Amino acid sequence: MAGNASRLRTHRPPRRRLTEPAAVRWTLTAIALVFVGLFLVLPLASVFIEAFSRGLGAYRSAITEPDALAALRLTFTAAAFAVPANLVFGVCAGWAIGKFRFRGRGLLITLIDLPFAVSPVISGMVFVLLFGRQGVLGPWMVEHDLRVVFAVPGIILATIFVSFPFVAREIIPIMEATGTEEEEAARVLGAGGLQTFFRVTLPNVKWGVLYGVILANARAMGEFGAVSVVSGHIRGETNTLPLHVEILYNEYNFQAAFAVASLLALLALVTLVIKTIVERRAAITESPGDPVESSEWVSKSAA
Amino acid sequence: MIYHRFRTAAVAFGLALSLGLAPAHGQALLNVSYDPTRELYQDFNAAFIKYWQAKTGKTVAIRQSHGGSGGQGRAVIDGLDADVVTLALAYDVDAVAQSGLIRADWQKRLPENSSPYTSTIVFLVRKDNPKAIKDWGDLVKPGVQIITPNPKTSGGARWNYLAAWGYALKQPGGTEAKARAFVAELFKHVPVLDSGARGSTTTFVQRGLGDVLLAWENEAYLALDEAPGKLEIVVPSLSILAEPPVAVVDRVVDKKGTREIAEAYLQYLYSPEGQEIAARRHYRPRDPKVAAKYASTFAKVNLFTIDELFGGWQKAQKTHFADGGLFDQIYTPGR
Amino acid sequence: MGFTILYLSLIVLIPLATLPLRAASLTWSDLWGTISDPRVVASYRLSVGASLAAASVNGVFGLLLAWVLARYDFPGRRGVDALIDLPFALPTAVAGIVLTTIYAPNGWLGAPLDRAGIRVAFTPLGITIALIFIGLPFVVRTLQPVIEDLDPEIEEAATSLGAGRATVLHKVVLPYLFPAWLTGFALAFARAVGEYGSVVFISGNMPMRTEIAPLLIITKLEQYDYGGATAIAIVMLLMSFVLLLTINALQGWTSRRVSE
Repeated sequence: MAGNASRLRTHRPPRRRLTEPAAVRWTLTAIALVFVGLFLVLPLASVFIEAFSRGLGAYRSAITEPDALAALRLTFTAAAFAVPANLVFGVCAGWAIGKFRFRGRGLLITLIDLPFAVSPVISGMVFVLLFGRQGVLGPWMVEHDLRVVFAVPGIILATIFVSFPFVAREIIPIMEATGTEEEEAARVLGAGGLQTFFRVTLPNVKWGVLYGVILANARAMGEFGAVSVVSGHIRGETNTLPLHVEILYNEYNFQAAFAVASLLALLALVTLVIKTIVERRAAITESPGDPVESSEWVSKSAA
Repeated sequence: MIYHRFRTAAVAFGLALSLGLAPAHGQALLNVSYDPTRELYQDFNAAFIKYWQAKTGKTVAIRQSHGGSGGQGRAVIDGLDADVVTLALAYDVDAVAQSGLIRADWQKRLPENSSPYTSTIVFLVRKDNPKAIKDWGDLVKPGVQIITPNPKTSGGARWNYLAAWGYALKQPGGTEAKARAFVAELFKHVPVLDSGARGSTTTFVQRGLGDVLLAWENEAYLALDEAPGKLEIVVPSLSILAEPPVAVVDRVVDKKGTREIAEAYLQYLYSPEGQEIAARRHYRPRDPKVAAKYASTFAKVNLFTIDELFGGWQKAQKTHFADGGLFDQIYTPGR
Repeated sequence: MGFTILYLSLIVLIPLATLPLRAASLTWSDLWGTISDPRVVASYRLSVGASLAAASVNGVFGLLLAWVLARYDFPGRRGVDALIDLPFALPTAVAGIVLTTIYAPNGWLGAPLDRAGIRVAFTPLGITIALIFIGLPFVVRTLQPVIEDLDPEIEEAATSLGAGRATVLHKVVLPYLFPAWLTGFALAFARAVGEYGSVVFISGNMPMRTEIAPLLIITKLEQYDYGGATAIAIVMLLMSFVLLLTINALQGWTSRRVSE
């Protein structure tokens, strides 16, 4: 799926190896760059150009307006719940699926992937069907005066749902690749189950965990469709940043919409920078070659 | 460490859950409304807060939610705790009423069919009206492109559709068949069906698509302010009287104990102050005095009502907009 | 293990189970009537067709990008590499608004294209462009590590046996990359079929022509038609599920190929 252990690759400078003639190389590079320019740089640039189209003052007032700040807070809140929750799950699932073989394993992996491929609209709708007043749990919730959809918990749940697979999917292949020998060795040397897990298993997958967290976080902060269905759109209360962008856009306040959007783009860029740093660190700590095979140093220092 | 984190998350989630509980003390009202009323209720809420403070000495906070009328109605049905709903069409309030949240007689409880303000459907054209669009008939001239939202998802679009249908029906020799042919022809001139009224206005004004926008009168005036000197309003010879309804959500206000303030809120819409605010935001006021004062800002137009031509919203919805209804048939080939 | 399944059930399975539960209240003929309605069928065709087109474009350019990023050095390579993930991190609604602004008939690219007679925004082409945008990272990121891990000795061996560079690429490298390429393609496709936020702004939402399946779900919901919405949702859910099973099978194949 989205994850792939070997994606934590080393950024070694391209080695001198067989290659195409220079002319071909430059042509291909040029085509690739034009494509990137057209599809990635241009949209990104236009966000910032529109955002600053009325000057710095308008930009600042757009992003410091109370509703925008409330939306920012809610976005961070949702991510603050979703990411740790999925982190714990991802580590457990990665361990259970990566280290053991059992029937239905393939099916389990597919089920974990499901939130990635399900339309965001459906992701939101199922929570309304479950917790809405007419939903499966609706009568019970009304009785106990609990509110999930159209309130903060619903937004958090939808966010957890959409960012669900990423940590697990990053860890499973690494767990698979490292095998169980090191754990067995630790057990033989007298380590307890938890001790083995925290001192051998976890350090082995830490870069995968980090990478998964970054992906999950990016997805959590950027989700629109699912959150839109469960939000209720109460200004200053249940609007996340992406929803706030839509509201401003619908108020013909394009500059402010793009200013808030640029905030989200900045968050995306920060995420990308962190990701690059993680990859570099991972590359430094792991000797060149297959990254998953070079983790002995971790287990040695842990044992 | 991981387990500790998990516990913290669980505790925090519980906290968030309790925050999601109904806001206590009834000092906050939630008004769930449709898209084009943002500016209206921004002004009106400020006025009402002042009025309520002066009258009772209490402070009240008004929370606002805007979106497509149907989606908003559905959110209320599914548990969005609206004290009052102020939607685009009676059909949506009826839907909330059918779920048991609002008493069935809601439309009788406030004056004027529970519509404190009205509006109508007008045309917005580009400066100097290059395609010379004067009336509904001109819309189907060759080469004219019409922008309107999708009647399946937008309340305003349903008013557009019914206004066109009513126009054709009221022409000399007008029949249902002729009306259907006219509306079908009209929709052949539509290149984009946005999901909401605001989306359509953006498509027309910002994206520069189309020659004429079918819009709420108040939206058309708002667009004029947004793009000064580039657009003109054309008032057709005949249009529909759009009556956006308001209602107190009985089940919610009784539970929250906000009935008194919610009713006062809606009543205030009918007061001279409320009517003035509506008129300033280009909604047609019901109050004759206020209407007279703002008469110059509203073009005279012959209006028909939905009850008169279509037998009310329930019937219109079923005939025209339900799945497999006339609107679908217009778009589905081979039927 | 128990925790894994519990959490999976709570967050994913139970919520998704409400769909068949809700659909059970429909009769078969209602269910079939909804999902075989010409308008609904047209929307599936559009969602699947545009997604296939977008995944194909990404298949070509994603391969190219992955190759260039993995094999060539050029100024700004690292920046471009980081930028690849942008569509993943940028909220879909922002992507939709921005792409519409750029490709609308009066936008930066839309205006010149319009003069050339090519309409992008509010046509299936616009939908495809939005889907290309969101699918790109998946193709590049699945291929890139495989290309980097490609053992140079294989190419050297083929070359020493007298094969020209083109032949080596065609006969040795591409077949080796194929399983990963297919996975990336399928991922981009799966993501695109369900996409909503970035598409609604640019699609124009014309029934039978530019109306995507997720939009129809929203449409049904706006009409208080939960049954209809659920019916379409189930079809889409099944599609995703089958796609994912295929992808995971493909990935099994990929990893076996790589370990050989």
